[in-house]
Amino acid sequence: MTRPFLSVENLVVHFPTSDGIVRATDGLSYTLEPGKTLGIVGESGSGKSVSSSAILGLHRNTSAQVSGQIWLDGEDLLSLSDKEMQQRRGKDVAMIFQDPLSALHPYYTIGNQVAEAYRVHNDVSKKAARTRTIEMLDRVGIPNPQLRVDDYPHQFSGGMRQRAMIAMALINDPELLIADEPTTALDVTVQAQILDLLQDLQREFNTALIMITHDLGVIAEVADDVLVMYAGRAVEYGSTRQLLTAPAMPYTLGLIQSVPDLSSDVNEPLRPIPGNPPSLLDPPRGCAFAPRCTFKHLVDPPNLPDEVMPELEEIAPGHLRRCHLKEHDLSKLIPLAAEKVEEPA
Amino acid sequence: MTAPLLEVKDLTMHFPIRSRGIIPRTVGHVKAVDGVSFTINAGQALGLVGESGSGKSTTGRLITRLYEPTSGQILFEGTDIARSSARELKPLRRDIQMIFQDPYTSLNPRHTVGEIIGAPLEIHKLVPKEGRLRRIQELLEIVGLNPEHYNRYPHEFSGGQRQRIGIARALTMSPKLLVADEPVSALDVSIQAQIINLMKDLQREMNIAFLFIAHDLAIVRHFCPQVAVMYLGKIVENAPREELYSNPKHAYTQSLLSAVPDMRQAVVGGRRERIRYTHDVEASAASTAANTAAAQPSA
Amino acid sequence: MLAFIIRRILVGVVMVVVMIFVVFSLFFANGNPAINQCGRYCTPEKLAEITGLLGYDKSIPEQFGAFTAGLVVGRDFPVNDEYRQALIDNGFENRIIHCAAPCLGYSQSDQKTVNQLLVKAAGPTLSLAVVSFTIWIIFGVLIGVLAAVFKGRWLDRIVVGSTLVVYALPVFVIGTFFLQYVAIKWQLYPYPRFEPLREPADILPWLTGILLPALTLALFFMAAYVRYTRAFVLESLSEDYIRTARAKGLPERTVLFKHGLRAALTPLVTLAGLDFASLLAGAIITESVFNYQGMGALAVKANNNQDLPVLIGLVIVGATAVIVMNIIVDILYAYIDPRVRVSK
Repeated sequence: MTRPFLSVENLVVHFPTSDGIVRATDGLSYTLEPGKTLGIVGESGSGKSVSSSAILGLHRNTSAQVSGQIWLDGEDLLSLSDKEMQQRRGKDVAMIFQDPLSALHPYYTIGNQVAEAYRVHNDVSKKAARTRTIEMLDRVGIPNPQLRVDDYPHQFSGGMRQRAMIAMALINDPELLIADEPTTALDVTVQAQILDLLQDLQREFNTALIMITHDLGVIAEVADDVLVMYAGRAVEYGSTRQLLTAPAMPYTLGLIQSVPDLSSDVNEPLRPIPGNPPSLLDPPRGCAFAPRCTFKHLVDPPNLPDEVMPELEEIAPGHLRRCHLKEHDLSKLIPLAAEKVEEPA
Repeated sequence: MTAPLLEVKDLTMHFPIRSRGIIPRTVGHVKAVDGVSFTINAGQALGLVGESGSGKSTTGRLITRLYEPTSGQILFEGTDIARSSARELKPLRRDIQMIFQDPYTSLNPRHTVGEIIGAPLEIHKLVPKEGRLRRIQELLEIVGLNPEHYNRYPHEFSGGQRQRIGIARALTMSPKLLVADEPVSALDVSIQAQIINLMKDLQREMNIAFLFIAHDLAIVRHFCPQVAVMYLGKIVENAPREELYSNPKHAYTQSLLSAVPDMRQAVVGGRRERIRYTHDVEASAASTAANTAAAQPSA
Repeated sequence: MLAFIIRRILVGVVMVVVMIFVVFSLFFANGNPAINQCGRYCTPEKLAEITGLLGYDKSIPEQFGAFTAGLVVGRDFPVNDEYRQALIDNGFENRIIHCAAPCLGYSQSDQKTVNQLLVKAAGPTLSLAVVSFTIWIIFGVLIGVLAAVFKGRWLDRIVVGSTLVVYALPVFVIGTFFLQYVAIKWQLYPYPRFEPLREPADILPWLTGILLPALTLALFFMAAYVRYTRAFVLESLSEDYIRTARAKGLPERTVLFKHGLRAALTPLVTLAGLDFASLLAGAIITESVFNYQGMGALAVKANNNQDLPVLIGLVIVGATAVIVMNIIVDILYAYIDPRVRVSK
């Protein structure tokens, strides 16, 4: 059986700190094919950014402890030497970040920074790199690229900056693009344009795209499959349609319920998830979500969620979840949900 | 027919643009707020939505008189405060309060939570010293925090809890109007709902009027029965929420609504049709935003 | 950009004028300068001579006026018209001192114009400033960058610890150590003596003569600059654009020097400019230890003699140096950081 194009297997990222070891990600696994989009949903502390940075090898030469395997097109990226990984970074796999203003160096022109990405992986003259840069800036929809190529980041608007970042990431035609909250800092109309642009480019270059976000609406628009992360682990995985219409894990359900959309009932109070995300220094022994779960009392035996971490199991083809509940269809359980969840001391 | 609590008439805020020649001159103005009018009744919530450069945040700061408007009227309970002096404004600060966006930077890290919440009590001296602690603890409880924690520092709380502290501080003097400037944008999604519910409860119980400034159309819709849309310093549409969201009249409102990512799309599949607003939204908004930021007095 | 430069220069000129006025007023607030200069063994004749020579009997605004006129067109000493007339009448016309513009005054104790004294003292001071600046910038920045890159490891710990010790050592201790032990006792280095640099052939003796005192000063500043650079580079390396640079696949040295160091340059340039300016006013202690007749030594001597014109001249030169360096720093800053240049 051929391996999937991208296969993350049992990825573990730990950070030793003076307060203890922060378990940012523990045993994460997922796959992705070219031309497809995987959405990774999580809040702060879920490990979504840390695990994705591991794919680019950004944790090398830091104090982080990384283990597991990351297979990209037949190669385990974690087994490569630093130099080999550096050659692939920005060329075979690229990343765009959340805040384009701070992600771009304020002292160098956009043209300089974009061309730099091209020249580090291609032995070309400055002139050729500049031509290619202008070409890419045009491709991402920046008007008057031949003039704007010599402007500085602060002279661009937020949306234009993000387009420039996309140009910079795609200039070497990477097979995998990771977008870490690319539109969170942007206005909603600009966000729509950027999402459209990403999808167009993906279609054109058949890029595999990982979209990291906390916005379920963005997931709905863009992702084919969704991975929901909580406290460093995958807690649910499946097609977007499946997860958003019939989630099987209480956290996913909680996320969907807590976010209002343009058609929700305004007279009903929002249903927040009670409590706060857990600390990654000392994660709970059992299910990490248990302290906040309104269905916890429905599990039999009752102390199971506190004692044992549930395994990730396949409940339907292509649909995995990590939960102790027997029932897969949470809509049946909603009437039984607890009113209040006891807050930990 | 009772008079509205807040009535804003033709409010403008022009920031001068200084040229960088040898002798700096004022060469023009950034019209951050350009003739804005609206009313808010007691206990009512008005949503103010717009993108960057729309002037919504500047409007909020004008209402709380953190800025003095270039022209126009701000009638609070019938009195025009647009040009009042600091001394005249002082009693008003009890009635109009603001909640800020970033819970990480809007609380002084060197003050305890009790000091932060109790500061208005100190300044306005309406509550004698002995009663202050009790009021602080009362407020902590109202916003859902442990009343015994008044001696802790902001960094010991999570983002959502810090925002609750900010709300408690705003409630200290039982204000009549709260201006909330992006109160949940910096919080995690699951926490946002907690804060929104809290504010809704407070509004109902304490009959507080809200000016709810945000860019998230879904949250604004949830909180505000009346919504105004701002674009480049002007209000382009102001309607009750059902009407605005189901039958938007202005092209900009339509383009805004068509851009909001929608969870229902997952069911429908494919890509939604976007309505493009022909005015170059981004370019002019960007230049307005950049000029506003550059021209503002050290804010 | 040009408008920016012109504006800064104009502002600088205004600042110099205001500063001269302030300096002048400050000195005259300290009692009658003639009496102070006359010293312990003052006689009425000597007092009259000083007063007439330097014009201390005129009102303060008059003196200020004469001083500024002297800056622009030059002036003659003795200031007192009768004295000058007397000299002419007695055939001592050549004893009238014609001080060309910009005239900073005349030193009665040294019998020279202040300008002449300053020019002579400039040699050692400038040499000291330039050589020590070069040493401390090159080594300070390099070691600071290394410390930042190897943060937490033994190299960093050694650097941080030793800079603290060096910084705490007074300059005269370091200087005396170099002079007494390195040069004299252990004979590791020829005795430092200032050799003026007038032609290219002089370079080697000049450098040899200036190295020890320059090193004394440089060590002190180097300790500070190692720490500054380390802090600024560390701060710069934690910025988001460094993560982007790495994500593009740039080799680590490019990330460090092209992206990381450039951001650290702006605060360094500001600090370096001001420190260099302060050196231009003279390094009093170092000059004293090595017995170099620079502006620092001149200042000490003038202070002992209460030689007001020299003191005024020194302060003006020093303050002007600071103002000029400020302008240069501002211009460099705008060159490095494009956000500062924003026009329109």
